[in-house]
Amino acid sequence: MRTITKRVFRSRTYNEQKALWGFLYVLPWLLGFLFFFLIPLLSSLQYSFSSIKANANGMTMKYIGFANYVEALTVNTSFNRTLTESVVNMVVNVPLIVIFSLFLAVLLNQKFVGRALARSIFFLPVILASGVIATLEASSLVQAINEQNANGGVFSSGTLELANIMVRSGVNQDIVLYLMDAVERIYQIVSQSGVQILIFLAGIQTISPQLYEASKIEGATGYEAFWKITFPMVSPLILVNVIYTIIDSFSRNNMTTLIKETGFTTFNFGLSSAMAWIYFLVIMIILLVSTYFISKRVFYQE
Amino acid sequence: MILARLLSLESWKRGLWTIIRLVLIIGLSFVILYPIIQKISTAIKDKADLYSPIVVFIPEHFTLDNFKQAISIMDYWETLLNTFVLSSMTTIMTAASCAFAGYAFARLKFKGSNLLFGGVILTILVPPTTILIPIYMNLKDFTLLGLIPLLTGGKSLNLLDSYWPFILTSLTANSLKAGLYIFIFRQFFRGIPKEVEEAAYIDGAGIGSTFLRIMLPNAIPSIVTVLLFSFVWQWNDSFFTTTYLTSSKVMSTQLSSLPYNLQILLEGGATTNKDPFFMSMVQDTGILLAILPLVILYLFVQRYFVESIERTGIVG
Repeated sequence: MRTITKRVFRSRTYNEQKALWGFLYVLPWLLGFLFFFLIPLLSSLQYSFSSIKANANGMTMKYIGFANYVEALTVNTSFNRTLTESVVNMVVNVPLIVIFSLFLAVLLNQKFVGRALARSIFFLPVILASGVIATLEASSLVQAINEQNANGGVFSSGTLELANIMVRSGVNQDIVLYLMDAVERIYQIVSQSGVQILIFLAGIQTISPQLYEASKIEGATGYEAFWKITFPMVSPLILVNVIYTIIDSFSRNNMTTLIKETGFTTFNFGLSSAMAWIYFLVIMIILLVSTYFISKRVFYQE
Repeated sequence: MILARLLSLESWKRGLWTIIRLVLIIGLSFVILYPIIQKISTAIKDKADLYSPIVVFIPEHFTLDNFKQAISIMDYWETLLNTFVLSSMTTIMTAASCAFAGYAFARLKFKGSNLLFGGVILTILVPPTTILIPIYMNLKDFTLLGLIPLLTGGKSLNLLDSYWPFILTSLTANSLKAGLYIFIFRQFFRGIPKEVEEAAYIDGAGIGSTFLRIMLPNAIPSIVTVLLFSFVWQWNDSFFTTTYLTSSKVMSTQLSSLPYNLQILLEGGATTNKDPFFMSMVQDTGILLAILPLVILYLFVQRYFVESIERTGIVG
């Protein structure tokens, strides 16, 4: 009797129950992962190595080796240019966006009048600057004519003075240069850094206030407190934000458009898949390199 | 005396910083709000004001013609309803399936769950363009591993141009950016102390009721984050909607075909005047109409962001 109850009890220990339910909870995702991710990913790899002909009976596939890759890299007129353009854009924009959003997060974390309003304005780009709206906005003629009327942009005259003020108030020269660059493309930067500000702000708010109190008693200035406390404590999030910014740029660059056009306008599925795979590999290399360099400098408390 | 001078220098610095901060925040807020203000002012302008050098923001001839034009071309009310149904449907299903998966990855560990979580990270990292074509082909002849042809007698289903692709991917937590939501939920649930769960178990709650009645009510900030992100990104998404939905009227497809439709209207109608600035003006009005529901939504939920970001689960 005792052994039976023991066995029944044993067959459903808390941990086993947890594992069972855990598997059940993950199951929907797992099915989707197989059907809508893994199988498509593998067949995309297969497409990229074959020439595909669609006819009345469906598709016929023929293995042609690396021909699609060779065509993308050497024959296609716009692939190389678009790829370099989007990679260069990414490499220039990512540090600017990350630094800018860290700066703004520190700013928005301080106490001042109207902070709630400022925060809700700064998260607004998360909503406005995504998808089709951003694409259409770039081609707005009314915007162009108004800028002409306003004598060439909003900020160009004030940039230099702002930089002077900041140099005088003791901000590092390099940062000022970076900011100058950012100011010139300010709308692009601001509109892409909403989520990043959110992430940094959340990270800053988890730093315990005792650290700041202790440093204040020891006589540290706000500038020192930033570099000695805030910066190391949020450094893991810098990695997160770099990765997020790189991923986020997928949705708004010309590469995506080119791949989609090759696939759905000229119906060259093989070439389109090959392009997509080259793009994916380039992104992976950038991600791995940046992760390697950043994670060497990241400070973890453990 | 030295101390007093030092103090005054300190206060000088602080005052200067306050001013710089004010200038920066007002300036950047202006940069963010500028396109919206401009769109509003463009939308209520008359065509005549467009070339008038005196008119910058406040129009001389106030009119609602642009709105009427954009609403009729975009079929606005029907589009609004369609988009709202599509977005809220996918949002709710995505949030639910991602919450289950995120909780399981955080707390209900089983053999190989870490490996599967690696799969989640992979879905975040792979650009959607890479897998777009196979998914498209798959949905065009949907067979579900050859099961459906058995039931219908040898015919596969064409799921394109319906809401089914969105329903299927969001039910299985593989819709747009779903990996990110699973990640957010996992980070959040990891932050809730284990003791809470154990106490619930000792009081007789099973795993299911622990999750639904103890963990979920605690996770409201992260749920709001995921709901908002998912709703907004679905609303604005043109990548998947233009691929899956070719004829159905949703906001992003209507918006991207607005210039084209407008051109047809102007060429065919009584006005042969094809002024590019006028077209751009109507397009701006269309954008304004498209983002208006989102801005209204944001006004209601923004306090969750502003008040309690540290609890949204992004950092954990």
